[in-house]
Amino acid sequence: MQENAIELRNITKRFGNVVANNNISLSVKKGEILSLLGENGSGKTTLMNMISGIYFPDEGHIYIDGKEVVISSPKDSFKYGIGMIHQHFKLVDLFTATENIVLGLKEKGRFDIKIAKGNVKEISAKYGFALDPNKKIYEMSVSEKQTVEIIKVLYRGAEILILDEPTAVLTPQETKKLFKVLKRMREDGKAIIIITHKLHEVMAISDRVAVLRKGECIGVVNTAETNEAELTEMMVGKKIELNIQRSEVVNPVDRLVVENVNYYDKEGIKILDDISFTARSGEILGIAGIAGSGQRELLESIAGLISVSSGSIKYNDPVTNETEDLCSKNPVQIRDLGVRLSFVPEDRLGMGLVANMDIVDNMMLRSYNQGKTAFVERKEPRDLAERIIKQLEVVTPSATTPVRQLSGGNVQKVLVGREIASSPTVLMAAYPVRGLDINSSYLIYNLLTKQKDSGVAVVFVGEDLDVLLELCDRIMVIAGGRVSGIVDARTATKEEVGFLMTKTDGGLTNE
Amino acid sequence: MSNKSGRKHEPLIHITKRASMVWYKAWIVRAVAIVAALLVSAVVITLLTKDNPVEVYAAMFKGSFGTERKVWVMLKELVVLLCVSLAVTPAFKMRFWNIGAEGQVLMGALGAAACMFYIDDKIPNVALIAVMLVVSILLGMIWGMIPAFFKAIWNTNETLFTLMMNYVAMQLISFFIMIWVPNGSSVMGTINSATESGWLPSLFGQKYLFSILIVAVTTVALFIYLKYSKQGYEISVVGESENTARYVGINVKKVIIRTMAISGGICGLAGFLLVSGINHTVSPNLAGGVGFTAIMVSWLAKFNPIVMILTSFLIVFLQIGAGEIATTFRLNESVADIVTGIILFFIIGCEFFVQYKINFRSKHKEEGHA
Amino acid sequence: MLDKIIAFICAAIVQGIPLLYGATGEIITEKSGNLNLGIPGIMYVGGISGIIGGYLYEKSTADPSAVLCILIPLLACIIGSALMALIYSFLTITLHANQNVTGLALTTFGIGIGNFFGGSLLSFFGESGSISLLTTGKYYTTPFGFSIGDIEISFGFMAYLAVFIALATSFVLNRTRVGLHLRAVGENPATADAAGINVTLYKYLATCIGGAIAGMGGLYFVMDYTSGAWTNNGFGDRGWLAVAIVIFALWKPKSAIWSSFIFGGLYIVCVYIPGLSSATKELIKMLPYVVTIFVLVFTSARKKREHQPPASLGLPYFREER
Repeated sequence: MQENAIELRNITKRFGNVVANNNISLSVKKGEILSLLGENGSGKTTLMNMISGIYFPDEGHIYIDGKEVVISSPKDSFKYGIGMIHQHFKLVDLFTATENIVLGLKEKGRFDIKIAKGNVKEISAKYGFALDPNKKIYEMSVSEKQTVEIIKVLYRGAEILILDEPTAVLTPQETKKLFKVLKRMREDGKAIIIITHKLHEVMAISDRVAVLRKGECIGVVNTAETNEAELTEMMVGKKIELNIQRSEVVNPVDRLVVENVNYYDKEGIKILDDISFTARSGEILGIAGIAGSGQRELLESIAGLISVSSGSIKYNDPVTNETEDLCSKNPVQIRDLGVRLSFVPEDRLGMGLVANMDIVDNMMLRSYNQGKTAFVERKEPRDLAERIIKQLEVVTPSATTPVRQLSGGNVQKVLVGREIASSPTVLMAAYPVRGLDINSSYLIYNLLTKQKDSGVAVVFVGEDLDVLLELCDRIMVIAGGRVSGIVDARTATKEEVGFLMTKTDGGLTNE
Repeated sequence: MSNKSGRKHEPLIHITKRASMVWYKAWIVRAVAIVAALLVSAVVITLLTKDNPVEVYAAMFKGSFGTERKVWVMLKELVVLLCVSLAVTPAFKMRFWNIGAEGQVLMGALGAAACMFYIDDKIPNVALIAVMLVVSILLGMIWGMIPAFFKAIWNTNETLFTLMMNYVAMQLISFFIMIWVPNGSSVMGTINSATESGWLPSLFGQKYLFSILIVAVTTVALFIYLKYSKQGYEISVVGESENTARYVGINVKKVIIRTMAISGGICGLAGFLLVSGINHTVSPNLAGGVGFTAIMVSWLAKFNPIVMILTSFLIVFLQIGAGEIATTFRLNESVADIVTGIILFFIIGCEFFVQYKINFRSKHKEEGHA
Repeated sequence: MLDKIIAFICAAIVQGIPLLYGATGEIITEKSGNLNLGIPGIMYVGGISGIIGGYLYEKSTADPSAVLCILIPLLACIIGSALMALIYSFLTITLHANQNVTGLALTTFGIGIGNFFGGSLLSFFGESGSISLLTTGKYYTTPFGFSIGDIEISFGFMAYLAVFIALATSFVLNRTRVGLHLRAVGENPATADAAGINVTLYKYLATCIGGAIAGMGGLYFVMDYTSGAWTNNGFGDRGWLAVAIVIFALWKPKSAIWSSFIFGGLYIVCVYIPGLSSATKELIKMLPYVVTIFVLVFTSARKKREHQPPASLGLPYFREER
């Protein structure tokens, strides 16, 4: 049982000038679970996509059962017994579990859904899944959908399973069940690769851990011979000096007080779990956490785009000194209260801006309804657009160019510029430097710092820990929808924050 | 399509969405498509008539511009089509597929005809026309708001809903004709032919001029509304991204219903013009499929009311021209629909080349991976 | 009284058969995610293609054989209608054109073709008058009957064929792998693509086969209902009724069978109810559309997932835009 089921040798993948994977070598044995650990953007998914045939490596070799293979399409990947369970399920909602499982198969002979159901039941029994083969996907919980995806690859005879952050969407109980099933598969001789951020899960389930950072494989260690602290350090690396100017906080006043906020999504999953924090004027509050831990929902609930299930969001007006409740108010109502709240959402072109409109029209998005006439006033937005183009050095043919045609950095400058222009008292920015080059990123950092100096309460959701530690004054860490800690950014270490990010109390570590 | 030998990780033809195409290039593509369409149509017509295609196109031109009367008839057709095209535009901009313009026009026509029939010369003509105008627009609005209401609350499929509403409107007209026409005939003659009550007056001796002016004003008004008004701006935002509308706090449901009220209202106006300004009668076929043609006119003009003058002219010119060919060469007049169809296919198809870029795999890359 | 009711039911079925062809064809098409509003045009082309085929065959021989009299128009109809659907498929699937605009243009084009050749076919051959294919019509109208008690019920073979095709479609959609894959394409093309299903091929085939079946509705109308005679615009708005039935039957071919008969009945019921004023008759003709609207509103309000249109209906699929 010690032969390699799959082996990667010197895999390199570039996207343009970006090296996503650099000379990575890995192997997984039959009957072994390997954890792939790394921050967002460390190249884990790219690597796995090359095994499942979505990308093709620029350099390097892949061996299955000791023989070199070429995987150039998902079909090839199936052929070699590789099955990937993506984070976003690819299922037809209206179909039953069985119909989804057999979808796309070209078996010989007459199609008989009853036989297929029997096979599904057999697999379920073998590995201990609890699945009703007749249940429709749209009636299923997330964990049931995941089960369907797993059985789907097993049904196709997969011997190598890749799971991309399978526990991100599961409750601790569901995670426990999943791990039980994975262990059974290991006993059955399957090779399993599991991508995860949660250290306690790595410790609980895997035999070995491979750590990726910035496209490189930092090391592969035996789980039994390591600990969470060592893994954290391997994952986040040594702190890098960035030289972001950070000013001292002057007269902080509580501006936004969030207390015990809970939020359940449409499917009834708890996204925000009892979140409480305070954002103060003249201060940058950083929010750190693995992507999808509830950051987006938190900001959207403050901005009035979604209404929270319970809890309170209070705003202290600096002019009137009155306290306004922002809960279950829409953006217009919030604005009508005199709350000057600006929000740079994560989805720039899908939410913050209208891609097909020009810069001038995008400037009006928030202000178009001002004025008493039935007509929009374009003079001010045009001036504003020109001002932003000049001050933030937006590269664009003109102010009447659709924003869709601008590069990512310039799109972000337009968006941030507009949100700052309304002289807010609270400025929330979600991943404002994602996809931006170094210069644009520093420009955004400086803008945020300038806002802070002028007394704005800035909330900054970021993913790069080095940036968070140098830019912010305090850092709130969210893990699994809960606040796992609020630290002083001037004294906290990268390891400390990294550890908080992966600290979900799943109870698995106690086993 | 993948090649059999070697690795097929990169397809031979790769299609990507363009960031943008320079406007004049886009118009060159469209012009080429129209020329190609005319060539194909010429081949088709030549095959059918065995005549010189140049003569055929000369006949087409004569059909629209041959005499002063023909020009006015052409203008009349143009304004009806243009008016309905304008009507469907705000809804389309919002990504609401109003293919029920036909029914909304008919309801407007029905309202105007009913006023003419029941009020006749009981009130002064100016007052009657005013009443007709209001009733027509209101009925068109209601007909447009019904599907919009259900779209807003339950997301009911508006394409199918508005389509069905057309036939309900047609039957309603048939019903009222049966009531109004005493002898059981299904044809309504000219209404108020003696008193001419409710007829739009001639201007400078031109019967259709009044209608033409009304549509001209509507065109400019709609252009301003869509481009410069707050509501027009909201329509654009909702059409482009409902998520953004939510982000800035626009009430999407309200915008959907309000916009369809406008769309239906302008259709009602077109119905009013058909009855009061042009035909002075009503029938279930009064609109003659204009609601469908209008969708194509609006879509071809990229929802710009001013460009719509051009695109509706193109369609009307083709239809009248083909009709002229039919009489000149003793063909069936349906040849107009065939030619229109061919040209539409080409214009519809050419948008692909404006929006997408076709990349062929370079030899070099292929060798790189082998 | 009873014989009157039976006569009415038979007439309703005869009226319903063209609608059933159209509805079955459109269901297959829509199951692939294509909302083909060109169906009314395709049905005209189906009718006229059959007429042209039959006319040319009857002209070419002095002694037309029964088999060829049936096969040639049938084949011509299938080819003509499938070609129409192919135009639609090429524009919407390959060129990503808007489905509504393309469909409506196709209807304009198709009705134009039907009426043009219907009106000019004879003059091309130096004849005059209106088209009437008596021999072909005779074979198509040959009744196949059965009796319930002492009541004779009989229809031409295409009526039975329509029901058979609807049942077969239902079987293929629900019981076969091809049907499963087709439904997946219409519900979620990205998932179907990821599962290794050739989305483009399925869309093309479903649309063309659906078009051919819908076109046979036009053929039934001209060959059986009017016994081989063509009148311009004679087919009327039946194409749109077929589209309405698809909604009414909630995209189920089996339900389309009885739905078509009901709609066929509603289309002519006013003739059978004694003492109706001509105005009331017009109101009754409105019923199929009003009923369809109610079904549409009711199903969207109830939001039962099985009763909704295919989820990707009307949307183009472009892999890169996922």
